Amino acid sequence: MLLGRTANGLYWMNRYIERAENMARLVDAGLRMALTRTQDASEEWHSVVISAGSDVAFTQKYSEFTADNVADFLLRDTSNPSSVMSSIETARNNARMVRTALTRETWESTNEAWMALKRMLARPIDQRDLPSVLDAVKRETALIRGSLFGTQLRNEIFDFSQLGTYLERADNTARILDVKYYVLLPSISWVGSTLDNYQWESILRSVSAHRSYRWVYEAEYKPTNIADYLIVNARMPRSLTFCYRFILEHLNFLCGDYGARHASHATAERIHAMLKVGSIKDVFDSGLHEFLGNFIAENTRLGDQIAEDYRFY
Amino acid sequence: MVSEGSTRLAAFDEMLPETTGLRRPYSAYDRWLKEQDPDRLIQKMQDAERVFRKTGITFAVYGEQEASERLIPFDIVPRIISGQEWRRLALGIEQRVQALNAFLDDIYHRQEILRAGRVPKELISANEAFLPEMIGVRPPAGVYTHIIGVDIVRISENEFYVLEDNARTPSGVSYMLENRETMMQLFPELFQQIKVRPVENYPALLRQSLAAVKPRGVEGTPTIAVLTPGIYNSAYYEHAFLADQMGVQLVEGPDLRVVDGHVAMRTTEGYKQIDVLYRRVDDAFLDPLTFRPDSALGVPGIMDVYRAGNITIANAPGTGISDDKAIYSYMPEIVEFYTGRKPILGNIPTWRCSEPDSLKYVQEHISELVIKEVHGSGGYGMLVGPAATKKECEDFAKKLAARPANYIAQPTLALSTCPIMTGKGLAPRHVDLRPYVLVSDRIQLVPGGLTRVALKEGSLVVNSSQGGGTKDTWVLDD
Repeated sequence: MLLGRTANGLYWMNRYIERAENMARLVDAGLRMALTRTQDASEEWHSVVISAGSDVAFTQKYSEFTADNVADFLLRDTSNPSSVMSSIETARNNARMVRTALTRETWESTNEAWMALKRMLARPIDQRDLPSVLDAVKRETALIRGSLFGTQLRNEIFDFSQLGTYLERADNTARILDVKYYVLLPSISWVGSTLDNYQWESILRSVSAHRSYRWVYEAEYKPTNIADYLIVNARMPRSLTFCYRFILEHLNFLCGDYGARHASHATAERIHAMLKVGSIKDVFDSGLHEFLGNFIAENTRLGDQIAEDYRFY
Repeated sequence: MVSEGSTRLAAFDEMLPETTGLRRPYSAYDRWLKEQDPDRLIQKMQDAERVFRKTGITFAVYGEQEASERLIPFDIVPRIISGQEWRRLALGIEQRVQALNAFLDDIYHRQEILRAGRVPKELISANEAFLPEMIGVRPPAGVYTHIIGVDIVRISENEFYVLEDNARTPSGVSYMLENRETMMQLFPELFQQIKVRPVENYPALLRQSLAAVKPRGVEGTPTIAVLTPGIYNSAYYEHAFLADQMGVQLVEGPDLRVVDGHVAMRTTEGYKQIDVLYRRVDDAFLDPLTFRPDSALGVPGIMDVYRAGNITIANAPGTGISDDKAIYSYMPEIVEFYTGRKPILGNIPTWRCSEPDSLKYVQEHISELVIKEVHGSGGYGMLVGPAATKKECEDFAKKLAARPANYIAQPTLALSTCPIMTGKGLAPRHVDLRPYVLVSDRIQLVPGGLTRVALKEGSLVVNSSQGGGTKDTWVLDD
């Protein structure tokens, strides 16, 4: 038996842990671009901010997309509810609220991540320290995930935790693709230029897939392969299909445990079916942007439905 | 305003009294201590702090934004009580707890003690802690105070006094348990050499105790929950800890509602009935329909369910009338009235400033006395005369003159000391003791309790909100 509020806390705790990690990865990809490009990097930083879903809030505060401004806003700024610091703080507050549902290991790794990052992000980050700070965020969130996987009982507590993780991850992957979709659109004038390669690599880097891509596809970056990898490939842990495979699995576990099927089950199945495209080329033909926009909206709707079906509020 | 409470009183040291030398309960510990490398002990102190931080054993300090989560400092030197000392304390505590419950039952029913003239009527009727809503209500199994923390101070080898009866929602028991856990991690060898009676079955006893007072008509195992005001409450850690250790749900007001005459919690599968609620929310916030209408921490209508006998609330609403500081001064009479015997544990002599003669005395001796607010707690709003400046005494005298009935006064006692570990070795500090008592169909005490220690040299204020720390408390199995 689980309180609705506890299910809600577990869901958001894990969404925010995932968000903190994704944020670090986005900044990492931006940093990489800034280092490898000789030209002005502000455009790349701008797209990082858009991918983070923080464009409006950022431009209210800053006029320039510089490395310092973006890193500060996305990593440390507590007025930005999606910054790494805010995310870890929210994750930890939720973890405190659901403390009785967590193993000691899961709670302590979350608490320690909060302590470590709070210390590390207390002052503005020197550019020289940025790589080690980003590493620390990824390491701390990996430790939390490790504790969760290593110690939590595979019951409803685990199911709601995982639903949070995969909904957030699917949202993140879809947004990155959506922001960069114009890069992926096959265009004669761009083909073959080295600049494009950087752009494409940046997409893969944002989801930590720049190396594994080469294990799956040929060494050369191709827009259709990249889109295939992040949307359709069922083995790629940040692809939309992968996320929905697990969302469905955990919803089905809940259905089995509780003996009740809800609207959210049907929605998840519908989204999963939508991802089973015959060929990624079809998606391009009917419009990648439209496809992703629709996906993001459906994904959000699923989150709302889960909250309602399982009495989060 | 809080005074520092520094005094230079000649106090009884529980380990090494000046006149008689090392006391027997500490002899084995002392032998062990002398073999230890001081640097290693300092290292252990730091280890302990790390353990507490990592675990998140923190408390919130009201009004301090920056340090919103703090550790209660933990000292690695245990406070040791012999088996014989404990047996005597336990008898005295049991007697007192029995009297408190009998008093509550009487006050909310026939009020025999008032009719007998042993306690003045005005003290009850005009008291905010007295809940008229509880008149004529008999809680399940007739138990009012299920969990009590009796604060005890020691003055000499044989003099123990009760300083306060915490009969509402006493806190700190999680520290008793975590302190022991930490000590066993830091010094496993000590527990092999010295037989210390265990305290870790407290959560199991608490659960049994709560289950034993389930409402009539509940078949089988009752559903128990702990009600917390939420993560921003200063004792939230403890609420989560106890729920976790008992294996019951930790609920907040918005999780609960009255469904078909019962209190129920919102789960992922719908509303489920709760039979026993261990609430860590004050009376005033318990039911917005009965008490404070602005409370979001409670459950609208829970008092109706309670009066209908469909839920056990621990502790019962209205128990505050028994641990009120003005009532405290009548405890010797109360104990005798209900148990027919003289109290085993003494009360500290108390002047009630509501009485003209007492007020006069207190006003004339303000710099010698400890003066407390009748409804205060946590060491806030009190004056420790001997440690206060002239200005502080004068300011306090004005408050006293304005509302004399709001205050009581007690002599400044030389609380016993127990050594703490400092960078320069052992140093004596004043301590008190809070054992925890569970009441159901019987009265149970775990051998031990929470020892609070005033870490500042000479200070008499042990409250954690005022810079106090804690120690593991050992009751020897001898």
